[in-house]
Amino acid sequence: MIYTKDISKSYSGTQVLKIDELSIPKGQSFGLVGNNGAGKTTYFSLLLDLINPSTGTITSNNIVVSQSEDWKPFTSAFIDETFLIGYLTPEEYFYFIGDLRGQNKADVDKLTAKFEDFFNGEIIGKKKYLRDLSKGNQKKAGIVAALIGNPDVIILDEPFANLDPTTQIRLKQILKDLAEKQGVTVLVSSHDLMHVTDVCERIVVLEKGEVIKDLETNPTTLKELEAHFTKSAVSVSEEEE
Amino acid sequence: MIKHFLNLEWKQYFRSSYWQKNLALNILLVFFALYMIGIFVFFGIFLFKILTEFYPEQDPFVVANGFIFFWILGEIGMRFFLQKLPVMSVKPLLTLPIKRSTIVNFVLGKSALSFFNFFPLFLTIPFGISLISNGYSGSVVLTWLATMFLISLIANFLNFILEAFSAERELSFLPLIILVGGLYALNYFEIISFTEIIGNGILAITENPIYLLILLVVLVALYTFNFSILRKKLFLDSSLKTKVKEVNASDLSWTKRFGDIAPFMQLDLKLIWRNKRTKSMAFLMVIGLLYGLFFYPQPMYRDMEFMWAFIGIFSTGFFLINFGQFIPAWDSGYYKMLMSQNIKYEQYLRSKFILMVMSVIIMFVLGIPYVFFGWKILIAHAAAAVYNIGVNSHVILWGGSYNRKKIDLDKKAAFNYQGTGAVQWLIGIPLMALPMALFGLLNWLINFEVAIATLIVMGVIGILLHKKLMTFITQKYLDSKYKMIAAFGKDS
Repeated sequence: MIYTKDISKSYSGTQVLKIDELSIPKGQSFGLVGNNGAGKTTYFSLLLDLINPSTGTITSNNIVVSQSEDWKPFTSAFIDETFLIGYLTPEEYFYFIGDLRGQNKADVDKLTAKFEDFFNGEIIGKKKYLRDLSKGNQKKAGIVAALIGNPDVIILDEPFANLDPTTQIRLKQILKDLAEKQGVTVLVSSHDLMHVTDVCERIVVLEKGEVIKDLETNPTTLKELEAHFTKSAVSVSEEEE
Repeated sequence: MIKHFLNLEWKQYFRSSYWQKNLALNILLVFFALYMIGIFVFFGIFLFKILTEFYPEQDPFVVANGFIFFWILGEIGMRFFLQKLPVMSVKPLLTLPIKRSTIVNFVLGKSALSFFNFFPLFLTIPFGISLISNGYSGSVVLTWLATMFLISLIANFLNFILEAFSAERELSFLPLIILVGGLYALNYFEIISFTEIIGNGILAITENPIYLLILLVVLVALYTFNFSILRKKLFLDSSLKTKVKEVNASDLSWTKRFGDIAPFMQLDLKLIWRNKRTKSMAFLMVIGLLYGLFFYPQPMYRDMEFMWAFIGIFSTGFFLINFGQFIPAWDSGYYKMLMSQNIKYEQYLRSKFILMVMSVIIMFVLGIPYVFFGWKILIAHAAAAVYNIGVNSHVILWGGSYNRKKIDLDKKAAFNYQGTGAVQWLIGIPLMALPMALFGLLNWLINFEVAIATLIVMGVIGILLHKKLMTFITQKYLDSKYKMIAAFGKDS
């Protein structure tokens, strides 16, 4: 489904991402973990053609994303709150996204109705602009907007950050269902190792822009990841001494 | 503590990307300031002579004081639009061991050092010197200068109170217009003659400097009031609470007739109505519409035919120019999202185009009463409208593809230079000067009809080539996609 070949991105000589080959099959729930500056957001931005790769290509469903725009109809994303239009209400925002994705109001209403639990009564019908919502509620609106129009690929950057525990648990269920039951390719990044191991079938660890671990999730994955990050924490403190 | 604050201010100013990027604009503003200073000094020096010339029977000093009322009104008006309460990013300071009153005093104290307070001195000091050289006593003149300076400071703090009130209202100019207009009207209809009251008041002060204390008391009172307003605002929740407003949803289903661009048109209309900056821009359209009234009532301008084209372009194209020059920066806040969506760039641009064309037509129709000043003026306006639709709309869309400045929609419009770059200044030349020069030249060399026909033909050519031009413009936007995304992601 998504095939990354020899991709790299440098800013004025500093390399921030370099992936030789990475292939994500259809319907996989894919997790990206790494410390700050590891290149997670850069990779997602390249995937959405928001930045220009220095070398290499990403192919999504046989479409090179930096050359054609035909990947857009089946791809949706929520990277950060700049994806929201602050002066719209959540409903208006959903309808707007729906319009762009060929969904009428009824379709959108049907979809958002399914997320009543998730919204916890704080999003729909509140007569508030998105810019006036709390960070967590903004995030909820953005994530649900990314589900409009039955996309085949959903990209969520740090979806668990800023959410309350109840919502985190609900979101995990939603993401699992998407991949397992509907065959959607879900890409998430997170700092929270437990959440990713819960949700994702496969986890890739980025460090300084390079893939250093590629794991199929199994009961020992969390331990392995924790061990990995503890080790790097220890090695850093040793260096400092 | 003050030392730390000053240090922070200094860094904030020189490290802001605004300063570094907008050097050209800063230079322009400095030139403007120098120009104004020049004018002030000039008037200061010659005011005495001018007044003796015009009012030979009266004491020039008394006459000058009679004008102080208008001076104050003008000063308050100018300050309202140009001067903002110096802001300090206060949030990081709130949890530090600093007294809130120290912060407030610093912010207010800083405003007292504003350039605006010293500006009038460029007029009053030369005038004072000329007074002394004409035999007025030094102590009178010094008291007068002190009075004028105190009045400036009073206007300074009064302005912040006005702004504090206007910030909470929908129609932000209203408090100012009521105050200034009300005072002016009361004076004009001689219900209360402020000119005399203030003139006599100042004369009384110069005769008896002890009255300066009254002004000082007023100043202290205003300062205290400002202090209490600001002190109350210095909590995070107050700034959060006021922001939440009820949504004013309106039915925009009529846009559906525009087909595939309807979602964008709805978005653009909401953009205009729901954000401070765009909303005040929409109100400014009234000024654009009435612009001709500054000129046409005077026979001197009415006979300058080349002005017609300029006024026509300006008044029918007011929205086009003001809205168009910031395409696509209006959407800079969520540009990344738009670019990852399944949209056709051409639709996105066409929505803006149609909005601009509609505004030109509406402005022209509303401007039809100008026919009162002569049917030729109406024809010139019609030609200008066609030119706006055919040429300027495309030019401004094309210029937008060079736009690299983010816009914060929540700031007021008048004299807000955010998002303004060299492109915006340059693009004004082909938009307004070119048709004006062309019209003027042809009108002078050949005749009125040919000049009008040329503007119309150019406009029609633009309309006929619309599809081709849009393809070209769309390509330009696509070419600079990454640059725009990167630039709009940065805070200015």
